[in-house]
Amino acid sequence: MIATVIALPALSALLLLTLGKRSNKFGPGLAIAASTGSFLIGLWQFLQMAARPEEERAVITTVYEWLAVPAAGFKVNFALQLDQLSISFVLLITFVGTLIHIYSLGYMSHDENKRKFFAYLNLFVAAMLLLVLADNYLLLYVGWEGVGLASYLLIGFWQHKPTAAVAAKKAFVANRVGDFGLSLAIMTMFIVFGSVSFSDVNQGISGAPAWVSLTLGLLLLLAACGKSAQFPLQSWLLDAMEGPTPVSALIHAATMVTAGVYLIVRSASIFNASEIAQTAVVIIGAISLLMGAIIGAAKDDIKKSLAGSTMSQIGYMVLAAGLGPIGYVFAILHLITHGFFKAVMFLGAGSVMHATNDNVDMRRYGGLSKVMIFTTITFFIGYLAIIGIPPFAGFYSKDHIIEAALSHSWWAGAAVLFGAGLTAFYMTRMVVMTFVSKPRWEDDVHPHESPLSMTLPMIVLSIGAASLGIILTNDHMFEHWLEPVTGFVEPEPPFSIQTITIITLSVVAVGVLAAIWQYRKIAKVAPKKVSLVVAAARKDLYGDVMNEALLMRPGQGLTRLLNIFDKSVVDGFVNGIGSFTGGVSARLRRSETGYVRSYAMSIVLGTAILVVALLIVGL
Amino acid sequence: MNPSAYLVLSGIIFSIGALGVLLRRNAIVAFMSVELMLNAANLAFVTGSRVWGQLDGQTTAFFVMVVAAAEVVVGLAIILTIFRTRNSASVDEASLLRW
Repeated sequence: MIATVIALPALSALLLLTLGKRSNKFGPGLAIAASTGSFLIGLWQFLQMAARPEEERAVITTVYEWLAVPAAGFKVNFALQLDQLSISFVLLITFVGTLIHIYSLGYMSHDENKRKFFAYLNLFVAAMLLLVLADNYLLLYVGWEGVGLASYLLIGFWQHKPTAAVAAKKAFVANRVGDFGLSLAIMTMFIVFGSVSFSDVNQGISGAPAWVSLTLGLLLLLAACGKSAQFPLQSWLLDAMEGPTPVSALIHAATMVTAGVYLIVRSASIFNASEIAQTAVVIIGAISLLMGAIIGAAKDDIKKSLAGSTMSQIGYMVLAAGLGPIGYVFAILHLITHGFFKAVMFLGAGSVMHATNDNVDMRRYGGLSKVMIFTTITFFIGYLAIIGIPPFAGFYSKDHIIEAALSHSWWAGAAVLFGAGLTAFYMTRMVVMTFVSKPRWEDDVHPHESPLSMTLPMIVLSIGAASLGIILTNDHMFEHWLEPVTGFVEPEPPFSIQTITIITLSVVAVGVLAAIWQYRKIAKVAPKKVSLVVAAARKDLYGDVMNEALLMRPGQGLTRLLNIFDKSVVDGFVNGIGSFTGGVSARLRRSETGYVRSYAMSIVLGTAILVVALLIVGL
Repeated sequence: MNPSAYLVLSGIIFSIGALGVLLRRNAIVAFMSVELMLNAANLAFVTGSRVWGQLDGQTTAFFVMVVAAAEVVVGLAIILTIFRTRNSASVDEASLLRW
């Protein structure tokens, strides 16, 4: 039954891609129907699961035996694991996914390749569902690669734009670095445990030596860094904004980029076994959350600013996931609430772009609240949620992460608190520049509210962004829900929870006020004279420069070296044999003079030698 | 019967033939020298046959003669053709087939 959740969008994608232009008419409708169907089945499964007693909730369904090499003791089933963690993802992916399908109907209405776009979206939904439902690492890897492919196809959807094509390639390459870590981790698991299923690895890890959990932890962290755009593999996410905005909302904010967090939480037993790996996760999360926030605060491109924010928020989740059982639940909670409020803001950004002739420069927005009432309200709800104003969703998830981080160490706590202030700053900046300040529109821009197909998903998502926090944390519901899968330990921060909330809210207030003060006047063109930090942040904190210096140049050097080696040693050896043979034969053929008498001479001499030799050996 | 005189004679004739092949340029003379070598071999065969009182050597000698006759036919034809085209029977001049 659960397999149909994946099968529906997969079949729809297959159909739309194979039928080609013939399915142009019904394509988008079919894609939306498939996604909706997936959501309904997921919802039904969820209700059934919730009705069962706690210990019977996790169910593994083996669809068929997928790979089996009896000689090597290798066996992997195409098996789907439906438990409290995966169903949470299924609901998030299909619900947000369906809404974004609907939104795309309006957003992509003028695009002639609409059908292909919807096919790719369905492909993505199917792959992402496979990723979260797999019961072993190898099947997860299939989904992992599938979402990478869908991401590549969708970032480069407007492939006639060179920037989009390059961005797609960049995302693909950066992701491959992470995938490399995941594949190495899977191989290590097979060598050490003889199996790649979650249950076998979870059982085996307790008895395994310390280096196993450390190696696996670091390799999985590398994988998570690639997929979730965490430091040092973060640079692709900002360029990925070249893709259509619904893609940015669905793939590069709500779902795919959070796959790394899912991977870490799913591999909780591995990380629990290695404190060093956990600390590495926390450090990576802290660096990414600060980097993302700083980048987000300096970009004038609304989508890139949101992308920096996504990186920062995923940094929160990764950090929480690195805290161990205190944080897993809150990482997932923040992931879900983030899925809603970030999606609504991306869709809002798309709506704004739709209204302003695809302009992304916030310096040419301003005052849009007067003309786009729905977009403004929904965006504002998303804004309140992300900066963590109670009772909006982000308050609950982020506050819990701050508590957990503070009970881990002072530096993790300081990072998340500072990050909260930065978040408040850049989000306020975005709202002020886009909706509040005086209009700075281009002359030919006549902003208008977007059609219902675009505003409706935004409204629905904003309801989620407003209410999910209260609903999920009411009576510790979400903690109890996920506890059987991830384990849960109540955080014990050094201060009382009320104190932490007050500190957090005052930090947020400082961020908000600083942004309002800083952006009371906005120039239409970005000022040239800026501080070093802003200049660095505008260049993505030199992410590309770093990649170039650390990876590209050494890589080029290596290929050059290999080229020289190939030309001199390998080619030299082969060519040497050739010219040696040629030289020797050029000399040898000189004996063929054409004179019969010299041939006769050689026969006579040869015979004589033969006779003498025979006489010597005494025949 | 003491075969040594026959065998020495055979050796001398063979050597004369071999030297003729190696030293003379005229194709006809070289050809005749080859015949000398064949006949020297024949003499050795026949001597052997006589010494051991068996017919093997005799038969082989006959075979050699038959082959020699056939060789003469083909060989002379070749020499004739070469002479016709080049107006010379020198074996050194017909040296086109080389490196």
